[in-house]
Amino acid sequence: MSVLEQYVDAGVRPAPAPSLSVVSASNLTKRYGQGDAHVDALRSVSLEIEERRMTAVMGPSGSGKSTLMHILAGLDQPTEGTVRIAGLEISSMSDAELTRLRRRHIGFVFQFFNLLPMLTAEENIVLPLSIAGEKPDRQWVEALLETVGIADRRTHRPSELSGGQQQRVSIARALVARPTVLFADEPTGNLDSSTSKDVLALLRDSVDELGQTIVMVTHDPQAAAQADRILFLADGRIVKEIGASTAADVLEAMQEVSGR
Amino acid sequence: MTAVALKGLLGRKFRTILTGLAIVLGVAMISGTFILTDTIHKAFTNVFNVSYRHTDAIIAGKQFVANANSIPTVPPSVLTRVRALPDVAAASGSYLFDTVTLVDRQGKTIANGGAPSLGFGIDPSQARFNPITLASGHWAQGPGQVVVDTATATDKHYKVGDAIAAKGDGPVKPYTVVGLGKISGVSIGGATLAVFDVPTAASILDKHGYDNISVAAKPGVSEKRLAAEIKPLLPPTAQVRTGSQQASHDAAEVTAGSNIIKYFLLAFGAIALFVGAFVIFNTISITIAQRTRELATLRTLGASRRQVLRSVLLESFVIGLAAAVAGLFAGLGLAKGLNAMFVALGVNLPQAGTVFAGRTIIVSLVVGTLVTLAAGLFPAIRATRVPPISAVREGAVLPRSRHAHRRPYLAGIVMLLGLAVIVQGLFATSGAGSVLGLLGAGTLLLFIGVALVSSYMVRPLASLVGRPARALGGAAGRLAVANSVRNPSRTAATAAALMIGLALIAFVATLGAGLRNSVKDALGKQVKADYVLTPSSQGSEFFPAQTASALGRLRGVEVVSDIRSDRANVLGAGTAVAGIEAATIGRVYRFAWKQGSDAALSHLGSGAIVDSSYATKHRLGIGSRFTLQASNGATQWLTVAATYHPPQADPVLPKIVISRATFDRTFPRPQDSQAFVKVEGGASAARTAELKGAVAAYPDAKIQTQAAWVAAQAKSFDQALNLFYVLLALSVIVSVFGMINTLVLAVFERTRELGMLRAIGLSRRQTRRMIRHESVVTALIGAALGLPLGVLLAALVTRALGSLGIGFHLPGQQLAAFVLLAVVAGIGAAVIPARRAARLNVLHALQYE
Repeated sequence: MSVLEQYVDAGVRPAPAPSLSVVSASNLTKRYGQGDAHVDALRSVSLEIEERRMTAVMGPSGSGKSTLMHILAGLDQPTEGTVRIAGLEISSMSDAELTRLRRRHIGFVFQFFNLLPMLTAEENIVLPLSIAGEKPDRQWVEALLETVGIADRRTHRPSELSGGQQQRVSIARALVARPTVLFADEPTGNLDSSTSKDVLALLRDSVDELGQTIVMVTHDPQAAAQADRILFLADGRIVKEIGASTAADVLEAMQEVSGR
Repeated sequence: MTAVALKGLLGRKFRTILTGLAIVLGVAMISGTFILTDTIHKAFTNVFNVSYRHTDAIIAGKQFVANANSIPTVPPSVLTRVRALPDVAAASGSYLFDTVTLVDRQGKTIANGGAPSLGFGIDPSQARFNPITLASGHWAQGPGQVVVDTATATDKHYKVGDAIAAKGDGPVKPYTVVGLGKISGVSIGGATLAVFDVPTAASILDKHGYDNISVAAKPGVSEKRLAAEIKPLLPPTAQVRTGSQQASHDAAEVTAGSNIIKYFLLAFGAIALFVGAFVIFNTISITIAQRTRELATLRTLGASRRQVLRSVLLESFVIGLAAAVAGLFAGLGLAKGLNAMFVALGVNLPQAGTVFAGRTIIVSLVVGTLVTLAAGLFPAIRATRVPPISAVREGAVLPRSRHAHRRPYLAGIVMLLGLAVIVQGLFATSGAGSVLGLLGAGTLLLFIGVALVSSYMVRPLASLVGRPARALGGAAGRLAVANSVRNPSRTAATAAALMIGLALIAFVATLGAGLRNSVKDALGKQVKADYVLTPSSQGSEFFPAQTASALGRLRGVEVVSDIRSDRANVLGAGTAVAGIEAATIGRVYRFAWKQGSDAALSHLGSGAIVDSSYATKHRLGIGSRFTLQASNGATQWLTVAATYHPPQADPVLPKIVISRATFDRTFPRPQDSQAFVKVEGGASAARTAELKGAVAAYPDAKIQTQAAWVAAQAKSFDQALNLFYVLLALSVIVSVFGMINTLVLAVFERTRELGMLRAIGLSRRQTRRMIRHESVVTALIGAALGLPLGVLLAALVTRALGSLGIGFHLPGQQLAAFVLLAVVAGIGAAVIPARRAARLNVLHALQYE
């Protein structure tokens, strides 16, 4: 049994309610520019993200997958349409409300890790809690450090860690506040294939063992192969959706999408 | 979040220190000023406290006219009567803090800059009243004996038994040094002491009666009661003060003097802080821009705008506080430096133990921290506008301010407002305080306005001042000019800091040139002599009347017309009055008559020649009568015989001119302030030597040709100008820190680009040259903004001073020198950043993100 499972079994973290949509978007349109010169990055996209599952969003560059994730995460505003996270309508939220939303409901994993260089690994991990003014739950933090495998490097600064280690710190940081949904933006985009595997396994474990909901944007078939559900975007629309698949199947689906 | 801010600062140590340095100098100036003036003040108060330690009451002549040459003495009969009072334990007549000049073996007066030459007449048997402590030898007893101060003795190699000369109000007399002494516990700057016994002092000072009678009460008698008992015994020309009244009276005079020095120096501290604020603003803005991604990441992790604001302000606070603490202590050193500067300029200030007052600490820390916080406020607000999405965007930059498009209008309004305030101050306000206040506030606004608009001027100015760099610097030069305009607002803010210092320097230089020229003009118009006799040192204003007569006796001297001067109460105010020799003045001085003519000179009698503007102000015309009260209280009726309007830039004669006969009859101790000499055949080297020989016997006077005198008068502003330059240099240094900062940050930001340039073949040397040229271009933009601004301000001020006869004169050579100064500042600022850029490891730089 993994450390996380022990922790969950100890009943500290209540088991989430059965599958419900935690993120829902309807008719999302994102338009850049005006008049004839406008470009639609998203065209009337609607989707539901189910709880305790990993959803991958794929698509060729310029397909709108990053824009979709930015809007779902409340980083960007749609031109039209609405987004609800944990039942809250976010497109009309004020900056202060969005800040509260991020503290309680959203975790981020970035392509370039975005760790603060002057803080140690452990300090980076507990940063969301200290920003929110909460006291870190020691046991939980220890469990996370253990799980992501950097307990022995907790006092190292990012510059003293490898890329894979940095990304694992970043995943621990995203999990520390037990967000409703974790958004991962090309989490393996800056890693070699073997470290990518570790990072993906870690994300997968967090879904399986902690019941974490994850939305991941990626163009890496290996990464998408870890997901429970894969959405394909092209020209700002969802053009295909498949369930859990092998990397080969994903690759095939991708070729089909980009060949259209 | 607090930890993030503080650890961030620690992680950027070098940059943080550079940022703080911009404030350290300004704070050091403020703390140094307080330390210096407090120390001076304490030294003086010590002198008085020592002097009046055992004195319960002091009798002195009443001062009828403020700042007059002499104060009436106290008749000796008063001493006898005071001693007879039952409550008096002891009383002693003496001369305290009078003026006696020591003369060295070569016949030259011993004077240290403008420090006073003090003379004392002391009764050694009344030790309790004696402010002087004897270090060796014995007190002066009898004529021909003198005690001098130990510092002078060491300096000029005098010891007990040596001969020395001294003069008071008459010819030089020889004395023997019988002892060495000093005022206990105090260094009195460069002041010299000559201590005699009472009768000898009376004779050298040419005084009947005493300057002071010091009185000690019997035990149990209060100071007040003693003074009240003495009061009825005094003649109307004398007054009594208690010992503590006298000490605080003297201290008050000194306080007024040291306050002037204090506010003057504080003004320069404020300018340095203002420039420092610009630098801090710019540096923090740049670091915020470079940390856009980091700030956005914090936002995605749930940091609120308020938290971002607080963390940036916390950084400013820590930088400000640390810099203020450093500045506070640097002020200790700077106080010594300021003192050395005054000494170099010929002003010796007394010293006591350094005073480090609580007020100095509080003001320095509060001001330094607040200025930094204020400068960091705007960048902090911008930091809160960083959107969280910048965390995921490559090459994220700070969003443009919502009000950016309004900036040119805002700049225009601020500049116009500044000009309006300046014009209001110059042309529509009276009272030096409010004029200076408005001028300062207006200039401040003008600087801010120009700084706001300067980012729009960076491109055209860079293409103009970048010409030499492009022509001479090769590829490196072209890159440098391009670099200087890639972020115009950054270059503009960096240049604006330098602009302020240079504008003020150009202002001072232009004003100085105007003054110098106007004075030359004015003197040339008034005086038509061959030689001018003046007091020999800056400190003294007079020389004995015999000097002029001695010259008059020489063969070949046609005219010696001497001018007596003193102050008197006229029409309710203390006013300078001159006594002229009516028969000869017309041959050496041109009166610009308004009413009347040269004829008025021939029968001046008890008539007065009055400055025409003074006459208008007081509604005087030919035939008007008014009274004049001299320093001894005596009054004299005068009739206006003529009015004249001398050039206002430098009138040789004061507002009221009377005949010498009337002057000598009215004033207690007539002394000459100037004499004009005409000789057969005009000035020549041989004649100069001859006249110099004749004047040698009078060390208080000095003779020079009219040309030399005019040149010296015009040059008399140079010291003041130099003082301004030195103090403004502080602001320039602060702005150089700003330039270093900006360049270091730019090198840091362009690491990858520099690696690329090096990889495609830019040599280390070329890299250094590129940074250097960029720095020089920035400095020249500062000069291009600042120098015209300074000249414009000077033009406005001279325009306003037109009624004082001060004209505008463009100091071309000096302005060229300031451009050169800017270039040197640019090269100096580039040294560290250029070295850092050249040292970059190409491989690491390319991998840097």
